[in-house]
Amino acid sequence: MFDIQTQLFEGKDIRFGPIDYEKDPEIESKWTHDSKFMRMYTLDPARPMSAALVKKQYEKLEKQIEEDKNSHYFAIRAKADDRLIGKAVVQWIEWTNGNAWIHLGIGSAEDRRKGYGWQALSMLIRFAFAELNLFRVSARIPEYNTAAIALFKKLGFVEEVRRRQALDRDGRRWDLVVFGLLNSDWRNQVGA
Amino acid sequence: MRNLFRGELVRLTSEEPDAFAKVEVRWQRDTEFHRLADSDPAEMSSEKKIKEWFEKRNEEVKPERYPFFIRTLDGDKLIGFLGLWMDLIHAEAWVGIGIGERDHWGKGYGTDAMKLCLQFAFTELNAHRVSLGVHEYNPRAARSYEKAGFRLEGRTRGDVMREGKRTDSLWMGILRDEWAQMQGSGL
Amino acid sequence: MNDILNGTLVRLSAVDPDEFSKAFAGWRRDSEFIRLGYSSVIRLGSQKNSQKSIEKELEDQEVNQHWFTIRTLAEDKLLGDIGLEVVNWAGRDAFVGLGIGDRDFWGRGYGTDAMNVLLRFAFTEINLRRVTLTVFEYNPRAICSYEKAGFRHEGRMRGLLNREGKRWDEFFMGILREEWMEQNGNTNKNN
Repeated sequence: MFDIQTQLFEGKDIRFGPIDYEKDPEIESKWTHDSKFMRMYTLDPARPMSAALVKKQYEKLEKQIEEDKNSHYFAIRAKADDRLIGKAVVQWIEWTNGNAWIHLGIGSAEDRRKGYGWQALSMLIRFAFAELNLFRVSARIPEYNTAAIALFKKLGFVEEVRRRQALDRDGRRWDLVVFGLLNSDWRNQVGA
Repeated sequence: MRNLFRGELVRLTSEEPDAFAKVEVRWQRDTEFHRLADSDPAEMSSEKKIKEWFEKRNEEVKPERYPFFIRTLDGDKLIGFLGLWMDLIHAEAWVGIGIGERDHWGKGYGTDAMKLCLQFAFTELNAHRVSLGVHEYNPRAARSYEKAGFRLEGRTRGDVMREGKRTDSLWMGILRDEWAQMQGSGL
Repeated sequence: MNDILNGTLVRLSAVDPDEFSKAFAGWRRDSEFIRLGYSSVIRLGSQKNSQKSIEKELEDQEVNQHWFTIRTLAEDKLLGDIGLEVVNWAGRDAFVGLGIGDRDFWGRGYGTDAMNVLLRFAFTEINLRRVTLTVFEYNPRAICSYEKAGFRHEGRMRGLLNREGKRWDEFFMGILREEWMEQNGNTNKNN
């Protein structure tokens, strides 16, 4: 089905947008001060970042995207008030093999459990397959992030690799799980 | 999992260059604070210079460095700093802490910050041990570290000279097992 | 304390940009070598450029990276390289990559020996807790070598590679410190 009418970047309650240098750094800075979010979002040790540091990170990111041309970054914004609520990325794209890694996070606890993650992930997958023409997308999720694992599975991702005890957090070791979704599986799911 | 950056009296933060420069200018004027916290000669820099230094220092995120600042939960006042430096190969973390705001001394803020520090070092960085140095002439700090679980491991004799006197540096450390036991949990 | 960078067939040694770039220029012409080890197109750049980029890589090498060349003990011949990249310090987990450029030394135990030396370095010198690697489905010789070195299969990413008109999986393998110690008869239970 050749559908170019359905918006790639507009969801029901959220949309994908570019970085807003005025408003976003402060919001994202707040997220980084919550180690619970950081431990879900990143494998590196949690570290708080000032708005100034976040801004620098954005600049570095945009520069790298322009130079390497192997990632697409999106700010997730609430449609109602255009507020930044999360971030999503298709990264480490290997064009010759048609694969990439997907990563996203909803920064504030109040914005979770509202279906925004599901909307964002669906849009991200559609972008990767229907616009970037990738063969497959992957995600790596720590075993303790049960909410993310459930979400990815709901959208058709399959567990492919279990890196045993690769992480050590909060006093114990955890597996790092790699999930994969093939373009063909996705097409069958959405009946496209 | 709890929020590692939030304690009972304080929270750990990352500060904007402006906010830091403003307090640092004041803390530099308090040479007693400086001499308790540091071995470098007391000095005073302009707010502009401090800002430049701060921005340059934080240009790159390094896996060995974890600089934090300390703010009170009540009133959100920026009262001090807490820096962690990690030897990655041997999993040893070094900590430096200082409460620049005098009226917040001796009220448990430093102790609460150190508690967060150890929790972070042992459950997020997975340090095997945390070390620190303290001046012999800073008994209040040494006592506070002992309460937090640090043990005196040695002293370098007369390595600091101030006010015409030679003083020792005390070296203290806490091991992961010791800390875990103090928590009473099965860490 | 033994000389940990020596194995039984090979030793691990420093990367000399001049020597290595020259050797690599030769190996790189063997596209089978490239396709066994690399997932994407390798550009045939000049040796001068290659040397420059090796120098830069060595310069940039931070505490995360440990890169060695592999040389035979018998004649000190440069065979290839092996490197560790720590991806998670808190979890003490690193990726290892190994390549033997000289075909004459394939399938003769040199790669396995180099891996054994590297693992000993990883577990007893940098104190890692696990080492991870990826290997392509169509490289059974390497898979066998890694199994011999003690790596366990942890899964496969489906169809990650597109080569010669076919899709190939990428295998993940991992070895934990405890497993390596058991295999090497070391019952030291430190950490």
